[in-house]
This record gives sequence, structure tokens and C-alpha cells, in this order.
Amino acid sequence: MAFTFAAFCYMLSLVLCAALIFFAIWHIIAFDELRTDFKNPIDQCNPAHTRERVRNIERICYLLRRLVLPEYSIHGLFCIMFLCAQEWLTLGLNSPLMFYHLWRFFRSPADSSELHYDPVTVMNADTLNYCQKEAWCKLAFYLLSFFYYLYCYISKMSTA
Amino acid sequence: MAKPFGYGYPALQPGYQNTPSPQAHSNLLSSNVGPSGFQQSIQPYSNTDQLSASLGGLSLHQSQQPEGLRPVNLIQDRNILPHAPVTPVVPNLNPQMKKLNCNPDLFRCTLTNIPQTQGLLNKAKLPLGLLLHPFRDLTQLPVITSSTIVRCRSCRTYINPFVSFLDQKRWKCNICYRVNDVPEEFMYNPLTRSYGEPHKRPEVQNATVEFIASSDYMLRPPQPAVYLFILDVSHNAVESGYLNTFSQSLLETLDKLPGDSRTKIGFVTFDSTVHFYNLQEGLSQPQMLIVSDIDDVFLPTPDSLLVNLHESRELITDLLKALPNMFCSTRETHSALGPALQASFKLLSPTGGRMSVFQTQLPSLGAGLLHSREDPNQRSSTKGIQHLGPATDFYKKLALDCSGQQIAVDLFLLSSQYSDLASIACISKYSAGCIYYYPSFHHIHNVSQTERLQKDLKRYLTRKIGFEAVMRIRCTRGLSIHTFHGNFFVRSTDLLALANINPDSGYAVQMSVDESLADTSLACFQAALLYTSSKGERRIRVHTLCLPVVHSLADVYAGADVQAITCLLASMGVDRSVTASLSDARDALVNAAIDSLSAYRSTVSNLQQSALIAPHSLRLFPLYILALLKQKAFRTGTSTRLDERVFDMCEMKCQPVAHLMRLIHPSLYRIDRLSDEASIHVNDKVVPQPPLQQLSSEKLTRDGAFLMDCGVVLYLWVGKNCKEAFISEVLGYPNYAALPMKLTQLPELDNPLSEKTRAFVSWLRENRCLYPVLHVIKDEAPAKTEFFQHLIEDRMDSGLSYYEFLLHIQQQITK
Repeated sequence: MAFTFAAFCYMLSLVLCAALIFFAIWHIIAFDELRTDFKNPIDQCNPAHTRERVRNIERICYLLRRLVLPEYSIHGLFCIMFLCAQEWLTLGLNSPLMFYHLWRFFRSPADSSELHYDPVTVMNADTLNYCQKEAWCKLAFYLLSFFYYLYCYISKMSTA
Repeated sequence: MAKPFGYGYPALQPGYQNTPSPQAHSNLLSSNVGPSGFQQSIQPYSNTDQLSASLGGLSLHQSQQPEGLRPVNLIQDRNILPHAPVTPVVPNLNPQMKKLNCNPDLFRCTLTNIPQTQGLLNKAKLPLGLLLHPFRDLTQLPVITSSTIVRCRSCRTYINPFVSFLDQKRWKCNICYRVNDVPEEFMYNPLTRSYGEPHKRPEVQNATVEFIASSDYMLRPPQPAVYLFILDVSHNAVESGYLNTFSQSLLETLDKLPGDSRTKIGFVTFDSTVHFYNLQEGLSQPQMLIVSDIDDVFLPTPDSLLVNLHESRELITDLLKALPNMFCSTRETHSALGPALQASFKLLSPTGGRMSVFQTQLPSLGAGLLHSREDPNQRSSTKGIQHLGPATDFYKKLALDCSGQQIAVDLFLLSSQYSDLASIACISKYSAGCIYYYPSFHHIHNVSQTERLQKDLKRYLTRKIGFEAVMRIRCTRGLSIHTFHGNFFVRSTDLLALANINPDSGYAVQMSVDESLADTSLACFQAALLYTSSKGERRIRVHTLCLPVVHSLADVYAGADVQAITCLLASMGVDRSVTASLSDARDALVNAAIDSLSAYRSTVSNLQQSALIAPHSLRLFPLYILALLKQKAFRTGTSTRLDERVFDMCEMKCQPVAHLMRLIHPSLYRIDRLSDEASIHVNDKVVPQPPLQQLSSEKLTRDGAFLMDCGVVLYLWVGKNCKEAFISEVLGYPNYAALPMKLTQLPELDNPLSEKTRAFVSWLRENRCLYPVLHVIKDEAPAKTEFFQHLIEDRMDSGLSYYEFLLHIQQQITK
């Protein structure tokens, strides 16, 4: 069992990937909660529920905004680690997502600033659809990469 | 033999009507009627070659081509503006459905023929959206007090004239196509006292109805009308003198405030501290309580700051009479708007209601303080215009809190300096309030603004109001709404939270076609507004619109409603200016015209290459786009103050179509030669209807007088050589030189010309919520630049002339 730097990287990325999976799941739940209001239409007319709904939307948007940077920086950390460990295949698999993150972060939003998650403009059906699809895709990617890292870790640890 | 039960879906429409639609107001009539075989008139051409080329371009089935599709050569035809005002497009349905359909002033669509698929909509390059004015003042509104409100069980649509009754006991929803049962009580028609004819009930015979909601729709007792007035009393404010106008207007209308015996009212004034007024019934005079800790405002007494209007009537009147003089000698120059709003929020939280804020300068103290961001040298820059968005989130957050507590904040900005309206306006935008702006307000130096404020306050205080409202817009399965425009908070993907609803605000939504509409021939839309009336009744106002679905591109163009499209593009342009940049928005507007006209070109065969052809329905489209580009909101190159620009943008997003079109494209009339030809009779008065003129200085002549109707202001321009008969009979002065620089009234003189002119001006002023002030302009008056800036067809600093714009579009299309 050789505890090389690469193995250490994979171990660390396993742990952090679990966090990323958690973030992705939380995103999916958050967008679903944003989409659906109180189920009973009569309740929707209830003025007392408006305040709760506004608070809910504000709370969710605040958390969404807070999660953007941690997620992008964890993934950035992965890329840097694999670069240092000279794990080219893993780096190659992660780089499309890194470019996607860079594009999302820096693009001047033409239609809606989706990353800002502003409570007053977030309830746009197009924005919510896009964000939800993105969250599902990321969940799938992080799950696959979790198992891939697990495999790589074990294989690295078991080679002399 | 069973009677055929009334209301099945109408038969599918044959192609199009064979008779030309009633709004053939185009003035390509009269003198140039072509050969009798064609129903359309031929445009004036200089030679027969062009004539035959254009005839070749028209399709073979001339008599079947709808009026909306008739090609118009924009460059050749210089007089495209019709003489009479443009009427909304009537959807192409059978006459019975047309009669039942919703009034276009309340609910209209940019494309009256809905495209079947998203691909077809994308090809047309026109936006698909709805423009609503749901709470408009109506003269006839059926109010239904039945105990059961019939709604679809799955999608909760209210029953409307466009459902189909399968037999006497079942009805099919036109939004989700579910079959529902007709309840027993619905079978009886209280109006005709007959049984067994559910399709004759008023809910099914009217597209706009109001239901009185049962107690199912209210889970807290309906709130009373609560009005809170927040007044700036710094030195600046007292100087401007608005307190006089405010107090007088409120004193006059105190009895006419909408409400019942539970109506409550309160006052808060602020400068560098916040002042409350104890108006408890029983006190001998109002008691002022000052809170100077503005970092942590609190309410000095738990109640008696908001009092019942009828119980404390004398105290309120005393306070209003004393208010203008109370702060005469104030030396306070700071304005703590943020803390005042926070305190008022605490005051109104338990009940909800309406806050009216009067502000005269930049808020300079406490939470929400703002800095001056405008650079006066950048006012006429053609490169980026900065600072169109809010500087701080404070007002937006506070607006969301207010919206959650059913409080709407209306803003009256009366300042002469920069006051960062872009940040302060957020307080009204997201709490469903409205914004009024009076630049350079001063009671001595600018009397016309004072008059405007007076008239606006009168309307504002006495108009109908609805509290704790929500609005939902439902569309036929296959269509969905993705973006909303207007002052409200979007609570859910289809539900809007409106703390207050008033008769003067308009809303717009954008839609997309999610699934193909191939299996239906009709698309229906329903807007339902649930609100508490000022008398404490829970009511639901429902509007339903029905439009045909088409599958060919040419049909989509035939049904395009150019005014609705322009207003929706204006809202989209404002959004784009704030999120991206102003030049992006301007480019997008021009591209809208270019793309739609070039897509139209592809549907017409055999076109000559050097012509700019537009369908009749879109003939005014380039003109309106040019007018939009020269609006204060979007123009560059001309000096525009940032506050005025931001206010114009707010207006674009929240005004209804009729008013917005007057702002964008004012109406110009020649009024020194009013004749009785084509005049109409209104209430026993004869109102002349002069023809509309194009907005170009070549239509102005020195020996005439012209009236321009810009929505909020009327300009009467008198030429130097105008006939003295007009000046003396209508304006009351002996000759041109005697006219004063600032004349704002038409004197009531007893001669036919004066009567006709006054009848026309008051007819223009009716049916309108904001009272337009009249300015009589002679040469070199200060208002002259304003007047000439509205002549959009001319070449100006801010843009091309109309002809040059058309050439530019043509160049881009044929590239």
C-alpha cells in the first residue's frame, strides 16, 4: 500500500465530493420549493401566508447565493490538486466543468443574472427550469465522479 | 326533440373574413383607388413600372387576403399614420365570440393569432405576451353574488364564456380540458328566472365579471382601509411649498377617501428625526412625538398613531391646517427617509394598508442613505449610461417586507436635484406601489407642477383601491408564462402578490409555447384578481380572453397588434438596460424591427429588392420603434437627467397600453381650423375630431396652431403668423405679440370657435386618470424644446429621422 500524494488527493476529493453531492441535492430541493407555493389554492389567497412565502423565498435565495462560491472553489481545488498530482485523466474529466463554472461566473448576463439569485427576479419560469436542469446534471456528474475517485483511490492505494 | 344545448365550441373558422375589417382607417383611400377588381386601394406610384412590380408581388388570392396582411411600401408611402386614432386589433373569431370577448382595453395580446408551435413563434421574430389593465374603472361590471362560484376542479379556472357545455349537466374547461359537473344551483338563472339553461347565466355571458367571494376565500377578516402619509419636512421641502398643496387636497377629499366606518389614517413627518402625531379622540389638539434615535426607531406609543378617520376627524383637520406652517422656520437640511420608512412599516405591520411617501431630496441620514451618483457631464453621452440600477438593497428588502405585510408604498418625488430615483423607486416597485415624479417642483417658480400635483392628488386620494390582492393568470394547456412586468412581487411562477391594486396600473407578461397547440383551434387566457375592496368585501375580478390558433407565418403577421408589441418591447428594453446596458437595449429594439420585417419578407414572394415592405398590421412598427428610441428612457446624445430617465423607465413598465402609447407617440392635431366634419356627439355636445398629423416639423406651419397630446401634458403651439381671429377668439388676446410666455388655461369665451376648441380639449382630458396640464407655447417659450423633442420624425441629436431610419432598416434587411 503506497500512500502517495495522488492517493491523498483522491482521499481528500472523496470527502469533498460528498459535500458537493450534498450541495447539488440541496439545490434541487431549493428550486423545487421555489417553484411550488402552498398547495391549497385557498391558502394562497390567505394574506397571512404571504409573509411566510416572502421570507421563504428570501431565505432560499440567500442560501443559494452563499453556496455558489464554496462549490466553485471546491471544484477549483480539485483541479489544482490533480494538476499537482499529475493525474491527467482525472484532470481532463474535470476541466469541462471548470470551464463551465468560469463561464457562469464571469459572463455578463444578457437576460437574467441567474447567479445573483435576487428574490424579486428569481421567480422566472425560464430561469428556474434552467437552474433545475443544471442542478440535476451536476448531481449526476458529482455522483459519477465520487465513484470514480473511489475506484482511483483504491487502485492507487493497492499499487505498490 | 332535445334542444341543442347552447354552447358548444364554434365551428372552425374558414380562412378569413371576406369583408375588410372595420378599421380600414388608412388614408390610402379616396384619391388613389385602383382598378375596381381589387378590394384594396393602390398606393401612389410615380410610374407604371413600379405599379406592376408591386401588383406582381401581391398574392393571387387577393380577395381572400386579410386586411392585416396587405403589403405596404414604407419608403414610398409617406403618410402611413391614419387620420383617426389606431384602434386595437380585433381577433378573427366568429361574430358571437367577438361580442363576448374581453374588451381590448382590459386584456390584449401582442399576437391576436397565436402561433401553434414555438418554432413558428421564433420564425415570426415578434414577442408573444399579454398586456393587462385588470382594475380599470369600468362603467358596466356584472357583479355576481351567488353562493357557489363554479370553478374547474383541476386547474381552478373560473367558468367563462368560452367553456363548452357537453350537455346540461357537464361542462368542459377551456384551459385544461377537464370535464366538470354543473352544480345544481347553477342551473337556475336568477336574471331570467329560468331553469335548465346554464349557458345563459351572467358568468357565461360576460368575459369580465366580478364575484363576491364567500368566506372560503378569507382566512383573516378583511382588512379596513388604512392610509399613512409620510411627509418630508426638511428646509428644502418647506421651501418648495408642497405641504400647502398636500394639506389642501387632503382636506378637500377627506370625506371621499375610499373606505367605510373602519377607515384609519395616520401621519408621520421626518427631517433628521422622525415625528409621530398622537391623534387620539378626546385630545384637544394633535400631539407631536419626536423620535431622534434614528438608528433604532421605535414607536413612541402603541396605538393612537393610526386613528379611526371618523372618530378623530377634528384633530385630523386641525393637524392638516397647521401642517404647512409648523415647519416654517426649520433649519434642518437632512432627510432620514430610511428610518421614517422603517418606523412606518412597524406602524402598519399589524393591518397592512397604503403608505404615501413625499420626498424632496436625496436621503442623507440613517439607514438607506444615498450618495449622489450622477455626473452632469455624462448626461448626453452616447456611450454607457451608468447607475440605472439601485445603489443599495435597503429599499428592495424593505419593499419585500412591506409586501409580506400587505403594505404598498407609493412614492411622490418632488425634487429639483438628483435624488437617486433608481434606488428609491425600488420601495414602490416590489410592494405594488406607484411612482409620481415632479421635477423642479416649486410653488412659485413652477406653478404648472403645482397644478399637476393638485390634480394628481385629487385622483390619487379618491380613486378606487383594492387591498391584500393576488393575481393569477392562467393559459390554455401548452402555453406558459415566464416573465412578468409591472409593480408587484412574483410569489410563484404564476401568482403575483399585490399589496394594493389601483385602477391606473398596467401589467405585462411574456409567454412561450411549450407544447404544440395543434389539437385546439382556440387559446384562452384568464386573469383572476382576488382583492379586498375598501368596504371590506372580498371580491374576485375575472377577465377572459379567447384567441384563435394559426399554423402559418402569414397568419401570425395578419393578427399582430403593433401597439401591444411596442409596449411589451418597451418593458423588455427597460429590463435589458438595467441588467446589461442601454446600448444593448437600443440595439435589441432596432433588431426587433429589422428581424420581424425581414421574416415577413420571406413570406411574400416576388418582391422588388429596393422596397421596404411591411404588412398592414405592422406598418407603424418602425415609427413606434423610432419613437421609443427617442424617449427619455432610451435616448442618448441629448442631455437627459438621470432621474428623469429612470422615471421614464418606471413608467414604461407600469403604465397600461393606452396611456403608454400616448407617451411614446403623442397625437398632433391642427386646431385653428376645426370643422364639424366627422365630429362626434358626446353628452349633447358636438366634439370635433380633427385628423391626426404626423410628428414632423414639416407638418407645422407658421400660420396655424397645433395641439399635441402627450398623455400627461398638452402643448398648444401657436405659429407666428397665426390668424388673429384664432388668437382673440380662443386664447383671449388681441394678437400674437400680446400672448404671455406662460399661459395654461383656455379662457371661456362665448364664440363658436372657442366652444369647439374647449369641447375638444375637455374630451381629450376625459377618460384619463392623470389630468394633463395645458401649456400654450409661442416661439422662444421654455417649453418649446420639449414640444420639438416630441416631433420624432425629424432628425435630432438623439437619432435619425424617420426616413433615414427606414433606409437603415432596409439596408440591414437586404444585407
